Amino acid sequence: MQRRVTFDNRLLPYLLLAPQVAVTLVFFIWPAAQAVWQSVHLQDAFGIRSEFVWFENFEHVLTDPNYLDTLKVTVVFSVAVTVLSMGTALLLAVLADSKIKGARAYKTLLIWPYALAPAVAAVLWMFIFNPDIGSFGLALKSLGYDWDYRLNGGQALWMVIMAASWKQVAYNFIFFLAGLQAIPRSVMEAAAIDGAGPVRRFWTITFPLLSPTTFFLLVVDMVYAFFETFGTIHALTQGGPGKATETLIFRVYHDGVVNNDLGGSSAQSVILMVIVIALTAVQFRFIERKVHYA
Amino acid sequence: MKPTRFIDLVPHIVLIVGVLVFAYPIYVTLIGSTWDSGTIGRGGLPLWPGGEGVDNYAQAWAGEAGARAKYTPVRTMMLNSLIMALAIALGKIAISILSAYAVAFFRFPLRMAFFWLIFITLMLPVEVRIIPTYKVVADLGLINTYAGLAVPLIASATATLLFRQFFLTIPDELLEAAKIDGAGPVRFFIDVVLPLSRTNIAALFVILFIYGWNQYLWPLLVTSSGDMETIVTGITKMIGTGESANDWNLIMATTVLAMLPPVAVVVFMQRWFVKGLVDSEK
Repeated sequence: MQRRVTFDNRLLPYLLLAPQVAVTLVFFIWPAAQAVWQSVHLQDAFGIRSEFVWFENFEHVLTDPNYLDTLKVTVVFSVAVTVLSMGTALLLAVLADSKIKGARAYKTLLIWPYALAPAVAAVLWMFIFNPDIGSFGLALKSLGYDWDYRLNGGQALWMVIMAASWKQVAYNFIFFLAGLQAIPRSVMEAAAIDGAGPVRRFWTITFPLLSPTTFFLLVVDMVYAFFETFGTIHALTQGGPGKATETLIFRVYHDGVVNNDLGGSSAQSVILMVIVIALTAVQFRFIERKVHYA
Repeated sequence: MKPTRFIDLVPHIVLIVGVLVFAYPIYVTLIGSTWDSGTIGRGGLPLWPGGEGVDNYAQAWAGEAGARAKYTPVRTMMLNSLIMALAIALGKIAISILSAYAVAFFRFPLRMAFFWLIFITLMLPVEVRIIPTYKVVADLGLINTYAGLAVPLIASATATLLFRQFFLTIPDELLEAAKIDGAGPVRFFIDVVLPLSRTNIAALFVILFIYGWNQYLWPLLVTSSGDMETIVTGITKMIGTGESANDWNLIMATTVLAMLPPVAVVVFMQRWFVKGLVDSEK
């Protein structure tokens, strides 16, 4: 799309674009290209010689049963975070949008966790669920439950899922609220006059009209669970115990930085790129459709 | 007046439970920051404030040695986080508004090629290309510098797309009138486009500031010296292995300080922030 009226200037547009293009080329295109290049090469331990190995790195990564476990953890983690945070946010948004006293105060009180860093959210959760010092952690133990997420993989996964979802509820809440406010009151009132109860109104009117928002959030939350939760996991469990909470992005970091396996780490990066590009493509198709609605 | 039925209270009960679930961890941290590390470490943290608050905050702020280890002072980490967040927010807004202006208001060869070059950056968060980006920054000698912390995170397209979208809604008549009055592209940008974009800039600033302040993986890689530590990565380094023998009082005080700036920004600028989020859908 282009405006009808524009300025005529030969040099200026390029000057205006220069800073953005420079930063993009140096810190974006170049590293991404490097990742692709490295993913099909094998480097010796000193990084002096490298050899073109086709898809050997990918083969290694994808046939490693360890990697498949990581993939499984990632899927469980992402789906759980997405469902939990969206479900909770939708419930709270529907209630905060209804005509009740103090709706404004509730909104403010529910929005602020958006501002927390995922890693800080993890620290807050640690203060509560730590088996030695946390109030809930100690309470669980005193109830006779063998609670220690540092030793028990299942509990650790549960911990990072809860901490990551807890933070994301606020973001989803804002979007659901905006979506709800866009639904014309008259539609709801007409349905109420026709005798539809609140639950029926929600499922036949509100929920379908919210579907574009829901879909958008689905993609955003998946991307959040894939990438931004690195801080949550790193702060809470370091991917452990064992590899119970190691997600794909954690493994890229671990293999690349700690194990210094550049080929393997790059191959994993490329796999992740493909996943994000697919997710983004889906999102754009949806946004285009949504523009039609409006 | 109708008597209040129980069913009318249900939304309030659910919302209050929701608010409590979000507030409780913060409350515990606030309370914890006013007790000594021994009380917290034994798991005996009371539900009311203790008397060590001033000491704890002063100690964390100045970075005096805790009972067990020496830490980077919070004032240093806060300053680093602040510089990083401001550089990311202002840098991204500045380069984005300029490039969006070029793409929207000029016709020139390769315009769409540039647009797509910027556009594809949407798809790859820094986490995905973390190792090669680190290598580029290392080769440029930018490890442990503010430029290394901020510039690679400036390179993404969300803000450019948002500004372009907004610029396309500026009516052609405005531009024609300006041209008739003899205003060039620079004048038009300063006198018309910038003032019109005020709200978008404010909203974006809030979002980007929080984004910058909350970065974790990137600062973890790019800074190795304590002097360059940001507060979000600094806290988790204080925790170490999560054992009961940590200086929990200092960690809790640091956590409170780390939360303050972004939460304050969201609470005070809620209107702009919500508008910005919903408009840009990012």
